[in-house]
Amino acid sequence: MKIVVLVKQVPEADKVAVDPETGTLIREGITSILNPYCEYALDEAVKLKNAHPEENIEIVTISMGPPQTKLALLRCLELGADKAYLLSDRKFAGSDVWATSTALKEGVVNLEPEFDLILAGKQAIDGDTAQVPAETAEQLGVPQITYGVKVQIVGKKVEVKREIETGYQIVSARMPALVTMSKGSNIRRIPSMKEVLNARKKPLEVLTADDIGIDENKVGLKASPTQVARIFAPPEKVGGEIIDGSDHIDSAKKLLEFLIANNYIKE
Amino acid sequence: MLKVDYEACTGCKVCEKVCPFAAIVVVPETKKAKVLDTCTLCGTCVNACKFEALSIERRAISEEELAKFSGVFVWGEWEKKEDDNKIKKVVLELLGKGRELAEKLGETLSVILPGYNVEHLIPELFHHGADKVYLCEHELLEQYTTDGYATTISSVIATEKPSIVLYGATPNGRDLAPRIAARLALGLTADCTGLDINESRQLLQTRPAFGGNIMASILSPYTRPQMSSVRPNVFSKPNPDSSRTGDIVRVKVNLSRIVIRTKIIEEIVSKDDSINIEEAKILVSAGKGIGDKENLKLIEELAQELSGTVSGSRALVDLGWIPHPQQVGQSGKTVAPTLYLALGISGAIQHLVGMSGSDTIISINNDPEAAIFKVSDFGIVGNMFDIVPEFIKQLKEYKLKKQDK
Repeated sequence: MKIVVLVKQVPEADKVAVDPETGTLIREGITSILNPYCEYALDEAVKLKNAHPEENIEIVTISMGPPQTKLALLRCLELGADKAYLLSDRKFAGSDVWATSTALKEGVVNLEPEFDLILAGKQAIDGDTAQVPAETAEQLGVPQITYGVKVQIVGKKVEVKREIETGYQIVSARMPALVTMSKGSNIRRIPSMKEVLNARKKPLEVLTADDIGIDENKVGLKASPTQVARIFAPPEKVGGEIIDGSDHIDSAKKLLEFLIANNYIKE
Repeated sequence: MLKVDYEACTGCKVCEKVCPFAAIVVVPETKKAKVLDTCTLCGTCVNACKFEALSIERRAISEEELAKFSGVFVWGEWEKKEDDNKIKKVVLELLGKGRELAEKLGETLSVILPGYNVEHLIPELFHHGADKVYLCEHELLEQYTTDGYATTISSVIATEKPSIVLYGATPNGRDLAPRIAARLALGLTADCTGLDINESRQLLQTRPAFGGNIMASILSPYTRPQMSSVRPNVFSKPNPDSSRTGDIVRVKVNLSRIVIRTKIIEEIVSKDDSINIEEAKILVSAGKGIGDKENLKLIEELAQELSGTVSGSRALVDLGWIPHPQQVGQSGKTVAPTLYLALGISGAIQHLVGMSGSDTIISINNDPEAAIFKVSDFGIVGNMFDIVPEFIKQLKEYKLKKQDK
């Protein structure tokens, strides 16, 4: 059995800041990480592999990104993936959701056409759009189950516990299928020294558009139906009244007065 | 491809300064700009270059092709509530914005309403601005499924050829919209915070990018319809006009069980009211500054005294102190209560984008430099563990006094 995990490398979002003077990003010290939700998806794949030794599961991770995305893929190999492919080419630059999912689809079709299950993070923490996995599923022609917290393989079907607004649902689909993962019970972990050393022996291939036979007119900016017209700094907010709270009795009183004056206290 | 015209380039380094991704540099030896692999073709440098030395090749489509598409469509998402079906609030919010867009374009506003036993929901859609409702009833649409809904809506779009389709960025909306976009090879801009029509009659879609640190205006220049999703609470709900009415188009839905490849085996509905922070009027929100899980009790007590609901920042969800449905912010929910109390929340941009639409924001933080104060209507720089218990005490006294009167 083959599980493909689609991953993305993202900047560690909390550490990104914008210069209010120039409106550009302050780049110093920003590190890139494996998107946490992609890591949960990988963890779920590893759990399935361990739970089903009879299936002889192979875990293959695929990412599209600049050359430094190799680091995120190395992390995947450390955390239990067996093989990693990076689709990296200037021809992919400027790809929006559609063009990114096209590249990922072509990657899957050309590299691992015999896949049974695709796992992906529910969203990336830099864009938070949650759209690429679903578009990839549609392009591959497989069903999708989004917001999974637990995945089980039952015969030829995948059974997923997923988050919905009012609680949870258990949904099943025949494989091949694509499942996106929320956090669930997975936690981000640090790989052991043995895993780190082992990962260096696993295959990690960097491939260009030509290597996987993608027509360059299907990817990148030219193939992207959405285009960024303008980038600008978010409008600066002007704050209200800020008081010194060193006298806690007085500041609690002022807070109460503010709430009463604005009709927020219900009797 | 981003191209540099070496004759025009003066090596002024403006591009280097404005690039959000450090993807263009001026090589000292040649004094000419060089594009690096990290370039995302966002176009910021092209706009900034005074010498027209930078250009991006973009594709164009004829005016006649674009003119074939007309009308603003909204997906009419509904939910089961106490055994009855109810239109989701975000749909009404989208009708308000959709009305504005339709009027600017001189086009009509329609709702695509897939479901089963949902005809009685139509008047509310007319009251909030819809001119037309495409009613797609089928028993296989009684429950939301990706395949059933994507197939139904795609076929309405393909035949009716609207110029714009809007979706609520709810969990189902995020499951559905990309599926339709991929099926029809269309652009999709998720989580828009602003929608407008530009002078070329294009939909100008504004959304936070790169973790909310910058805003991006996005166009879909050569595909129609232009599709966007918008989170709940981003636009305001229009005032209903109960005299408004419109046309109902009954769509014949061709759907068979084979099309729907997923099966809902079980649904576990949580009875916990606190989960729905999107509809709460008052939110008492905690951040990393509360220090200890035990201190959540203080937050809960305060929420109870104010008849509010507890929510929190991503840090608390990551620690497992509060469940994910109660998370406010870019990777959680966008909220717009009448009152938002931020306790021990520093105000990372990802948090601010999820709550800055609140009517009144109050914050308590011991760091005077905390970004949360910039969006607060009332802020206290101080120790919340002194102030909050004292406030609860005073509030109780005040309520007692009121009762006595």
